[in-house]
Amino acid sequence: MHSFRRNDSRITLGVLALAFIATLIGGALVGLLAAGAGDLSGAVSAFDPYLLRVARFTLWQAALSTLLSVLPALFVARALSRHPRFFGRTLILQLFAVPLALPALVAALGVLALYGRAGYFAGILSSATGSDWPGIYGLSGILVAHVFFNLPLATRLFLEALQAVPTDQWRLASQLGMGPAATFRLIEGPALRQALPGIAGLVFMLCITSFTIVLTLGGGPAASTLEVAIYQALRFDFDPARAVALTALQIALTAVVVTLLARLGADMTGESSLSVAPRRYTTPSVAGTAFDAALIVAALAFVAGPMLATVAAGLQADLARLVGEASVQKAALTSILLAFVSAVLAAVLSLALAMARRALALARRNGPRSMLEFFTDTGAGFVLVVPPIVIGAGWFLALRHLGSVFGAAPVMVAAVNAVMAMPFAIRAVRPAYDAASERHERLAAQLGIAGWNRFRLIDWPVLRRPLATAFAFAMALSLGDLGVIALFGSDSMQTLPYLLLARMGSYRTADAAGLALILGLVCLLLVFAADRLGKERTA
Amino acid sequence: MSANGHKSAAVQLDDVAFSYGEATFRFDAAFPAGAITAVMGPSGSGKSTLLNLVAGFEAPQSGRVLIDGVDVSKAPPAARPVSMVFQENNLFSHLSVERNVGLGRSPSLKLTADDRAAISAALERTGLAGKQKRLPRELSGGERQRVALARVLVRDRPVLLLDEPFASLGPALRADMLDLVADLHGEKGMTVLFVTHQPQDAERIADHVVFLEDGAIAATGPARDFFAGTGPEAFQRYIGTQDGRSRDVARKPT
Repeated sequence: MHSFRRNDSRITLGVLALAFIATLIGGALVGLLAAGAGDLSGAVSAFDPYLLRVARFTLWQAALSTLLSVLPALFVARALSRHPRFFGRTLILQLFAVPLALPALVAALGVLALYGRAGYFAGILSSATGSDWPGIYGLSGILVAHVFFNLPLATRLFLEALQAVPTDQWRLASQLGMGPAATFRLIEGPALRQALPGIAGLVFMLCITSFTIVLTLGGGPAASTLEVAIYQALRFDFDPARAVALTALQIALTAVVVTLLARLGADMTGESSLSVAPRRYTTPSVAGTAFDAALIVAALAFVAGPMLATVAAGLQADLARLVGEASVQKAALTSILLAFVSAVLAAVLSLALAMARRALALARRNGPRSMLEFFTDTGAGFVLVVPPIVIGAGWFLALRHLGSVFGAAPVMVAAVNAVMAMPFAIRAVRPAYDAASERHERLAAQLGIAGWNRFRLIDWPVLRRPLATAFAFAMALSLGDLGVIALFGSDSMQTLPYLLLARMGSYRTADAAGLALILGLVCLLLVFAADRLGKERTA
Repeated sequence: MSANGHKSAAVQLDDVAFSYGEATFRFDAAFPAGAITAVMGPSGSGKSTLLNLVAGFEAPQSGRVLIDGVDVSKAPPAARPVSMVFQENNLFSHLSVERNVGLGRSPSLKLTADDRAAISAALERTGLAGKQKRLPRELSGGERQRVALARVLVRDRPVLLLDEPFASLGPALRADMLDLVADLHGEKGMTVLFVTHQPQDAERIADHVVFLEDGAIAATGPARDFFAGTGPEAFQRYIGTQDGRSRDVARKPT
């Protein structure tokens, strides 16, 4: 509507933020290229049958996980949408949002506590199968954990699609006397079909880049994905050539998937807020209701099971002793410090990008979007394409020539987690900033309020809450992360997830369960705080 | 025209060309110093665009914007000797009345004792005494625009642009606000450009009328000519006086 062509410090800030992100990702790529060029024949010969087997397994587990998550989710969502009012429905939907907030490591432990060799179901499963239950390692473990994460996510997304159907269509359906079959064919089916490619693509993407679950539940080279293989090549075999080959393949794979996803119009940062359920005007039959109820209860049991197991197993641990342990306290302090720095960085990055995007959009008015604006806008989401393990691997390879790899650990962990949380933080910050700018832009220009004065007097009071949301969310993400720290962690530099993994590795299962409970609760609290702050946001 | 020796400045658009998407505008007009000029015209004729060009929210593609004889075409909004009151969003909703007015003195809100005295006086003058600490949401629509006028007073710039600031107020309240503007104009003698859709508003306070049509100035002249029924034909058509008001009555169903 109006033009502000003058040098805008907001654009400078956005450019700085982009430079930071570009350095982080670009540095990793340079490290990889240098390592690859240094040992070209090694990198080429690393494309061996093992690598192809790993690639095939990566795709195979992702495809199966997607199928097993999305197909049931279609029907669970339909059941939930057909019954917009029943006792506990809101609670179920809230429970379905929990896996999103839960660190993957905690979920993996929950799955083990339930279906593992010594899990709560081991006895039943042993007598059911007639032999000693071997535990749920390997492909089955990976699938159960992936479905635990993605079934609720897909259900909520499908439900959102169904709830977006205009109320008038439901009225019309009931007036025309459509039965359940006709309703599904003519109304629910088309709505779900439209949402299907995007949701399936999102789940596939999440499963293809899943690291923690495969690492903890894969249980060996037979069930290893590219990301876990990169980690093993660097941490155990120290085979940089192989790591480069694996990383190249992983980048190529995600690039293909993301290109396809973009075609399908999927939203990479998956919104999780649900609108109010519209009223339905038909009463389902008794049989239909019973079927829907059975579906919902089954899905609920599947999702709630590992959560309850995490709590139960965690409470069995000697929590008082754990909390008193020096190594736990040190790891907790390290985790909190790193997560704090990372969350501040994520909030600052998202704010800088949101401000720059707005300033650029105002300056161009109706003209075509510049490259710079694209990068502050949609482009920022593309960082999700580059898995943290890949960034970590690149820097790991680059830094080994420059000095101590492990000395750089804190910087790497905080920086990578901040950049990974940034797209989600932008979701909280940008709408608030744009709305405030819409109201205040001309007035601020007229009164000459710019730069620091503008931030202090005009933007900060409005952005406090959304920034807090972004901060809390980024902190939860960073606290629970076991990506970069798996590569860079050491005895002198441990976070809670790293310590948890170490305890698992040395078969101190009770300790691991106790730590998982603590970690899971802290992350949940942070995410709920973020949600609260976001909702109470006043315009 | 200047009532009691206060500074005022003529505003001139010297062959200013501007386009926005499909719409193109060309303005060539002079607004006399110290007078109130009503800017009228159908929707989309360019009234707000004209004000935005003077305020510096839009930059002309060619031509010059002159204020008091100085070319301000390249100056940012805050550097122009101009205050503007918008239809809405004149206030920062999280700042008190006092601070909103204070921003007219200092964009960093570092206020001296003199500034504070000026702010109190302006609030008094606009009928807001005792409401210093209120937030905008605790005020009525009319009071919010009074705060904006108080800020205009403390900024004390020679040109005042009003972009339909009272359009959402009821008739009686609108008349009050117009009288307040006329009074302030009487005291300060600033040059006022006043966009309005309401002929009676223009008739009430304007000295001159500039009538826009299709992105250009179609007619200008003294307000009394425009409203005496002897104004340009396009203007008569716009306000519908030729057979307008009587026709409306005749059409009413019995």
